[in-house]
Amino acid sequence: MAGIALRGLTKDYPGGVRAVDGLDLDIADGAFFALLGPSGCGKTTLLRTVAGLETASAGTVRIGDADVTRVPPGRRDVGMVFQDYALFPHMTVADNIAYPLRIKKVGRDERHAAAGEVAAELGLGTLLARRPGELSGGQQQRVALARAMAARPKVFLLDEPLSNLDARLRLEARTFLKRLQRELGVTTVFVTHDQAEALAMADRMAVMRDGRVEQVGTPAEVFRRPANLFVASFIGSTPMNLLPARATAEGIEAGGAVLPHPAPGVTDGELVYGVRPEYLDGSTEPVEGAFEGRVAVVENLGSTSLVTIDTGRSDRAGELVHVVVGEGEEPEPGTSLWARPRPGRALLFRDGELVGGRLEKT
Amino acid sequence: MAPATSPRSSSYADDAAGLGRGRAAAFVAPALVLVAVFLVFPALWTLYLGTTDYRLTGVAASRPQFVGTDNYTTVLGDGEFHRSLWLTAQFVLGSAIVGQTVLGFALAWTLRDRTGPLRRLVEGLVLLAWILPGSVIAFLWIALLDRDAGTLNALLGTPGTAWLLDHPMACVVVFNVWRGTAFSMMLYGAALGNVPPSHLETARLAGASTWQTLRDAVLPRIRGHVLTSLLLVSLWTFNDFTPFLITAGGPDHRSEILSVYVYRTALGDGRLGFGAAVSLIMILVNLVIALLYLRALRGRSA
Amino acid sequence: MTARTLLRRIGLATFLSAVLGFFALPLLWLASAPFDASPEITASVPEFTLRNFRVLLDNPYALASLRNSALLAAGTAALVVTSAALAAYALSRVRVPGRDALLYLLLLLSSIITGTAAMVPVFLLAFNLHLIDSRLGVVLVLTGGLLPTAIFILKDFTDATPPSYEEAARVFGATPLQVLRHVVAPVIRPGLATVAVWTVAQVWGDFLMPFLLLRDPDKAPAAVVMYTFYTEGGQPDLPLISTFSLLYALPVVAMYLLVSRRYGMRFHGGIKR
Repeated sequence: MAGIALRGLTKDYPGGVRAVDGLDLDIADGAFFALLGPSGCGKTTLLRTVAGLETASAGTVRIGDADVTRVPPGRRDVGMVFQDYALFPHMTVADNIAYPLRIKKVGRDERHAAAGEVAAELGLGTLLARRPGELSGGQQQRVALARAMAARPKVFLLDEPLSNLDARLRLEARTFLKRLQRELGVTTVFVTHDQAEALAMADRMAVMRDGRVEQVGTPAEVFRRPANLFVASFIGSTPMNLLPARATAEGIEAGGAVLPHPAPGVTDGELVYGVRPEYLDGSTEPVEGAFEGRVAVVENLGSTSLVTIDTGRSDRAGELVHVVVGEGEEPEPGTSLWARPRPGRALLFRDGELVGGRLEKT
Repeated sequence: MAPATSPRSSSYADDAAGLGRGRAAAFVAPALVLVAVFLVFPALWTLYLGTTDYRLTGVAASRPQFVGTDNYTTVLGDGEFHRSLWLTAQFVLGSAIVGQTVLGFALAWTLRDRTGPLRRLVEGLVLLAWILPGSVIAFLWIALLDRDAGTLNALLGTPGTAWLLDHPMACVVVFNVWRGTAFSMMLYGAALGNVPPSHLETARLAGASTWQTLRDAVLPRIRGHVLTSLLLVSLWTFNDFTPFLITAGGPDHRSEILSVYVYRTALGDGRLGFGAAVSLIMILVNLVIALLYLRALRGRSA
Repeated sequence: MTARTLLRRIGLATFLSAVLGFFALPLLWLASAPFDASPEITASVPEFTLRNFRVLLDNPYALASLRNSALLAAGTAALVVTSAALAAYALSRVRVPGRDALLYLLLLLSSIITGTAAMVPVFLLAFNLHLIDSRLGVVLVLTGGLLPTAIFILKDFTDATPPSYEEAARVFGATPLQVLRHVVAPVIRPGLATVAVWTVAQVWGDFLMPFLLLRDPDKAPAAVVMYTFYTEGGQPDLPLISTFSLLYALPVVAMYLLVSRRYGMRFHGGIKR
């Protein structure tokens, strides 16, 4: 068991592309840690650098007590699950799972016994004699997991572990992975571009952009108090309302409404007012301290609906504000709707950074 | 910012197996050495050999003299070389460009949406002609065209016609059509498979004749294939040595295409320096065809 | 059925029959003569016998030449497959500046420096390296000509294999050579088989190089021996030639059937040339 510590980690590719840029990150022993970011943000490169498949251009990688920056991948004691699983097509499931042990020169019988054990843990006991080509996507994923587990490594690295599964299986696999990680208690880092996946599975997560970490925290922290506008707009299944704002004597003015100031005292700089659609309470009656607008679109999300209101008036072009309303409360398009932020849930960004929060960027 | 999530899919694919430069170089070395010594070096050496009076036997075998461009002036002024060049042109034009291409395309077109035993039989026979060893089919043709008891004379009722003596070049051309049509047939078969059926159906709905359909719907689609295949079969035919097995260039050099001419002058007569000069000319012709081929390929992919 | 479609059908049938006749005619003799009790040069319905195959055993060169062909083919295939596989793998996986240009250059060279065009320098090279009358010489010269295409085919196969296979093996501690042995070789085995079959087919049918470089009739492969059977000694020995042709041709046909059954018709320019 071991934590991971990255210091000043940089990875340059030939041609001047800097995929990871002077990155510091600590991942605690036993954590289930997500690296989240849009494609091209360097998260996969970071994971591969930890695995040793890429060599750091600068900085250090520590796993446990050891500096492994220059250690070849096979001697870092990590298990990895690749995005395409990379199961060897010519080997049976048993041989695939036993492969790490074969490299460690464990005898044939012993390693097959060990593979059988791991396979049984993952519910693969009946598939040992099959080839990867004969398995479903979900089964392949579990074989890849089993192979990563077989040598009982100190760290698991999972590259987009759910991206090759269809939507229904993905939910199942999410639960399965989370439970498995809890049972094994092994430090696990996974890469994903899907913020919902990161929020659902991880204990802690890092949001990345352009080779840097934008924010590190628990899913709840990142969701409630995004450190900057990038994180704010990237996290959440319905995008956060982000409106240009102006501090006034009465509070803060955004989207044509005067609202309670989320961070009293902050008046200068370029201000953006942010509130998640889920944290707006819709009302068909006029309310104080609320956005007011005409209902433009109502999108059914299942148990809730996403309502888009246009705060523009005849004398002023307005912004669009999104509100989540409960079942049975959907307004008619064209009617007026007031949307009031819940106390303590609104955020203020100055020059792109969150202000007035307890949780500054870590 | 780099567009790639995973470096592996992009141009970064950088040493996935961890070979390292040194081992990679060691992996490439044996192949490169073999190619350098047995393919590249002979070609370069030709440049030198062509300027000497190297002979297979005698004084000039052990101590060849530099003769400058003598060999080239001799070759270019040699009547036999001119005849050989003309025969080669007939061979390439007649058998590859006209014969194989037309017959191959006609077969691909007739068989395009036919299935069943007839198609398999035709394709099988055409392919068999292509894959059998040259020595075997050469003898089959000698047997077929034999003066006294050849099958052809028996069939045509023309006993005693010595086809190989009377019309050696025609025999060799027909033989090569027979031998090489398979490639064109397969290539055009694949090309026709890529013509969208909707184009053919549009032509049919408009009431186009077969000829009009070919001209308007098919040919524009496969023009690139036609060009590349023409150049490829020309290159192969130009370098074909199989006619030697049937006529050995005879009778009286009347079927002596360049590949046979270079063999006779260099190894038959032992004039290696002279033969090297002919070799270089052949390599240059090949180079021109190959460069045209590469250009056609690039044009096709562009 | 209109008159026009009827005409078209007749035309089509005539064309196909003519093609069938044209292609079948020379082959008939090969099918009939080996089993004919008194083979003539005319193709005819045979008076069935297998006795002609006895002549093969009596001829000192016939079976030996087939063995020679097999030796040349196997030697060349082994050399081509191993050196091409190593080169293709390294070129596919390691960044070498200008590797594509190099590959295309090699391919270009191999198509312009043909055995025919380069027979003079090749003969002299073999002569100076004391490789005349040596099977090794033939194998080396043929290998040099076939390698560029072989590397090209195999690089295609390796490029199509995801590098994550090798990365997975490395993460679990495999050395580069173990990666090759455990993962790469088995995964690209169809490619190796393709190149091996292609090489064997090329060498098996090749006449020029052994004709040029081998003097000793004991070393001559079938292609050359076959030629001497009908050009030397006046009257051709028909029972011998016919049975020998059949025996010599069968492996190629069998190989072709095997390959096209296994890989379909992917062989466009492939199996020959």
